[in-house]
Amino acid sequence: MQQIKKSKNLTLAGYLSAKVSSSFAKFIYKRVAIGLLMMIGITFIAFAVTQVVPGDPAAVNLGQSAMSNPEIVARWRAEYGLDKPVPEQYARYITKVLHGDLGVSQHSRRPVSQDLAEYFPATIEIALVAIIFSILIGFSLGIISAMTRDRLPDQLIRVLSLTGVSMPTFWTSLVVFYIFFFKLGWFPGTGRLDPGGDEPIHLTGLYTIDALVHGQFSIAWIALKHLALPAIVLATYTIGVLTRFTRASVLEILGNDYVRSARAKGLPEWLVIKRHVLRPALLSIITVAGVAFGGLLSGSVLVENVFSWPGLGQYAFKSAIALDLPGIMGVSIVVAGVFILMNLIVDILYRVIDPNLRSE
Amino acid sequence: MKISISKGSPWRQPLAIVGISVLLFWIILAIFAPLISPFDPLAQDSDALLNPNHLHWLGTDSVGRDILSRIIYGARISLPLAILLVFLSIIVGSIIGGLAGYFGGWVDSVLMRFADIVLAFPGIILAMAVSAALGPQLRNAVLAVVLVAWPTYARLVRSLILSSKDSDYVTASRLLGSSTRRTLLVDLRPNISGSVLVLGALEAGNGLLLLSGLSFLGLGAQPPSAEWGAMVSAGANNFEKWWIGIFPGIAILTAVLAFNFIGDTLRDALDPRTAKALRN
Amino acid sequence: MTLLNVENLSVTLATSSGSAQAVRNLAFNLDIGEILGIAGESGSGKTMTALGLMRLLPHKGFATGSILFDGKNLLAESNKAYRDIRGNQISMIFQDPMTSLHPMIKIETQLTEHIRHHKKISQEAAHIRALELLNTVKIPDPASALEAMPKQFSGGMRQRIAIAVALACDPKLLIADEPTTALDVTVQAGILRLLDQLRREKNLAVMVITHDLGVLSSLTDRIMIMYAGSEVESGLTSDILKNPRHPYTKGLISALPTSDLSGKTLKTIEGMPPELGKIPSGCAFHPRCSYSRDPCALEIPQAVQISAKHRIFCPVNPLVNS
Repeated sequence: MQQIKKSKNLTLAGYLSAKVSSSFAKFIYKRVAIGLLMMIGITFIAFAVTQVVPGDPAAVNLGQSAMSNPEIVARWRAEYGLDKPVPEQYARYITKVLHGDLGVSQHSRRPVSQDLAEYFPATIEIALVAIIFSILIGFSLGIISAMTRDRLPDQLIRVLSLTGVSMPTFWTSLVVFYIFFFKLGWFPGTGRLDPGGDEPIHLTGLYTIDALVHGQFSIAWIALKHLALPAIVLATYTIGVLTRFTRASVLEILGNDYVRSARAKGLPEWLVIKRHVLRPALLSIITVAGVAFGGLLSGSVLVENVFSWPGLGQYAFKSAIALDLPGIMGVSIVVAGVFILMNLIVDILYRVIDPNLRSE
Repeated sequence: MKISISKGSPWRQPLAIVGISVLLFWIILAIFAPLISPFDPLAQDSDALLNPNHLHWLGTDSVGRDILSRIIYGARISLPLAILLVFLSIIVGSIIGGLAGYFGGWVDSVLMRFADIVLAFPGIILAMAVSAALGPQLRNAVLAVVLVAWPTYARLVRSLILSSKDSDYVTASRLLGSSTRRTLLVDLRPNISGSVLVLGALEAGNGLLLLSGLSFLGLGAQPPSAEWGAMVSAGANNFEKWWIGIFPGIAILTAVLAFNFIGDTLRDALDPRTAKALRN
Repeated sequence: MTLLNVENLSVTLATSSGSAQAVRNLAFNLDIGEILGIAGESGSGKTMTALGLMRLLPHKGFATGSILFDGKNLLAESNKAYRDIRGNQISMIFQDPMTSLHPMIKIETQLTEHIRHHKKISQEAAHIRALELLNTVKIPDPASALEAMPKQFSGGMRQRIAIAVALACDPKLLIADEPTTALDVTVQAGILRLLDQLRREKNLAVMVITHDLGVLSSLTDRIMIMYAGSEVESGLTSDILKNPRHPYTKGLISALPTSDLSGKTLKTIEGMPPELGKIPSGCAFHPRCSYSRDPCALEIPQAVQISAKHRIFCPVNPLVNS
């Protein structure tokens, strides 16, 4: 918008920027509304799935002896509202969710929101590190691959990225854990910190950041070493996805007339890439990275399991095994919420960066 | 939209050849498992936790079963299930996407918003919830994966129908008095099936990964089943004995890689427009 | 004085069914300050000729033969050496101004990046040069135009900017590929006038590629007609338009709409031009040619000189006495 303000025609400029910002606001309202509707849909499906299925949470949670006592069972069901008709249970649930109350976990006996607040930062931390890895590596490999199209580096990267998306993360976790922790001892084993080690002073719940902010550098280093292996494993799939996507979108951009124009100017190839190709390519990778981040959160279930990482994935796993409905719904809603939020941010970012979309 | 071949036959591409060879390898192992495997996959008649040796090429697990034999028999579980998964997802996805694309309007809106929501759902967590709730069994894990996988097919089928439903030959067929059902099944299906099968090849690998992941978590195949994911899980409990978990994982990796090699080559062979629809 | 001498130029492209020749054994000259028009239906190879000269052929495409420009064989230069010529001494404007400018980069950068690269001048000097160029191509208010993005301009204005980009380094040869096709008729005339003025003021050699012979009539000195990758006829503009000798050229010209309102229906040439890689034997035009005889399918036609600058590639030469 800068160039519009600078231009001499002030009335036109004012008109244009007013028009741009009002359509932009409308766009944001619309996207937020869609996001909220999606969230309601998510709670509905989460609820429906756990209702339709025949498993009896009482049986799982109370055990044999208590199940034989109908009074205890009834009291237990009443406690969790399971004696009410299904639509009423859902209505109650969604009202509570809107107030930030995700119910009480049946396996930890604590409010789910409290549990999630505790587990969430651990997952966010590896997912963030993993997405940074993925974007850096995936974007670079994708560009190299596109620029060496059909030649050896491209072929190698293509096979590598296909391998990345074909690896079972739970197995990769195991291999990496065995080699780098058990055999070589380069990295620490399970958990977020060394056993018995001090936690950093709480701020965000992301240990590395908390420790750095408070100057606890040795803790930050330990936390970082613990992060490394699970984050890399978690990133393998996304690296593959982003590499392949970047390659495809760079190839598409290279086929554009404006790139041919840039080449027709006799610019060196690196300048053509840097100035004329990278920006539109970044724009398109942002869209996928947003979606990929959501994928990392759910993908963390398997990695967290192997590395005993106390995150959402572990929590979801424990909840699933215990048939803990509030727990599972809570995790689903939070992860889906992050997914929808990321999509929203990406959409907005996309419009801010791309001057063409902004004007439409 | 038929599969138009762009660079010779896609089956001649090196990646496709590797993919098909690996897949054939596993299919042969699966079919002839009783002839090929050196031991009974369930028999606990060797010493436990043996290192790979000349008798047990890939070692034995914690109860003395031969890992090579279990992997060979595991192909009888994983491969048919991967294909079954794709088959079921195609049926569900095509019906929903087909109805949405053909009728449009509110049917389309409702069905596709539903698909969007399922896609926004954390896939493995939904699958975990479903398979845990239905009871940790392989059959339920398959249902859970289908429940997560169908929207991708539905979206593809819908977009293909939208792009071909107004084409002249479909209009002609309707003018000649074809019923809706006939138009959908006879006129539109051949154009769509090629692309859907390519998506199926691409998604077979993902389905296999998700399914073995559920088994790994104990929410799919149950002991003493020789399902590969469950075998990796046994390896995780005994991670010092690397051979227990590493080898079954390699089996999963190669099978998934084979599907992806084939799917990827086929996608590149599609015309660019369809290929793009597949990527989204 | 000859600036460009093309001999035996062939362009091979990769297609879905293997490789195919899009340009076959083309030969032509271009003098300093001369405007040559290259005309033909789409698929006749005229754009590939230009892209071959620019070494901007699509993935896996390549050119063979010799292109002597200012004494250098362009096809023999290394990529790096060629990049010093491209955009500097030879530049090109493309068909669609809506897509040929980068949508995310402001005009000043697009106009000066190659000046700064080729001429090694300061940012200030480049800025002044950019203002001058926008003046030359008649963009109103050049100072604010430099700060603007392409989307703020109409198609005609964008094509003027693209011409300014092409002129930035004072090239000796300008290749214009369908420079007016994507523009409104009223805007076309302005662009053509601008090209003509530039040729006169800067002694620029221009190669204009078009499928529209009407565009060429007022602008070019000479015209070359292409069909299926080969020359069929070339000569002075007046020779070609008033006295076409090749059956294909004659067909093209009688297909031109005329200004007399006689109500005659336009003539068209029967059939379609051949697809890439499916070029008929002998004279490529023979299946569509009403004068076709037996040898046409067998022999590749050789040049027949009509006058010093007028030649056709037709073994039958049926129009010679008509």
